[in-house]
Amino acid sequence: MISVQSEDFDVAAEYAALRDSGAGTGAIATFTGLVRDRGDLQGVTGLYLEHYPGMTEQVIQGLIDDASKRWDVRKARVIHRVGRLALCDQIVFVGVCSAHRGDAFAACEFIMDALKTSAPFWKKEITSDGEHWVEQKESDLARSDDWK
Amino acid sequence: MSDNTITVRFFARLREDLKTDQLAIDARPGLTAGDVLAELASQGGPWVQLQGDQPVMIAINQAMAKPGSEVKAGDELAFFPPVTGG
Repeated sequence: MISVQSEDFDVAAEYAALRDSGAGTGAIATFTGLVRDRGDLQGVTGLYLEHYPGMTEQVIQGLIDDASKRWDVRKARVIHRVGRLALCDQIVFVGVCSAHRGDAFAACEFIMDALKTSAPFWKKEITSDGEHWVEQKESDLARSDDWK
Repeated sequence: MSDNTITVRFFARLREDLKTDQLAIDARPGLTAGDVLAELASQGGPWVQLQGDQPVMIAINQAMAKPGSEVKAGDELAFFPPVTGG
């Protein structure tokens, strides 16, 4: 299931929902991304996140489908927030249920890495000096390419 | 909107710089996404960045596309900077 929302999310509730994926699940891997105080700029006080409604959900569903072809994925959950976020706020959640930890770790990391370079979201950093649209990182592209 | 138009959408930095989130253009046979970029850039001002040094990503009907991809009446064409979510 995929959610793009301005509201915060509850990792405990999401984890509980992932646990309810049948007795074949032996491993759950989750990732949560937070707003950090430095990115392209120092002294970041918040973020603004924009997305392309519709395309975003389609791209993420495609990533979950790709992950399900490569690894044992019994259930997957992706939440991404949009709008204005403050320092330390939760931005993104990826959770994957698999039979074994290797598949759970790999599928979770793949979805997160691929989301960063293919899902149409854009981050703007807000500092006391102004605002700045974040540039795509070569390191993120390299991480995403490593899965090909 | 008439049946012969293509909706063009802009996101993030491009949306802000161009002060436009959406416009409509007339479709014509053989028109490509790259043609639309060139025609918009020829307006000058902030529009020149559509053919500048910074990469511009292209989507047609919410799927990634290339400059040579053809756009037809009723299509939704989108231009945006490289994505930076997560």
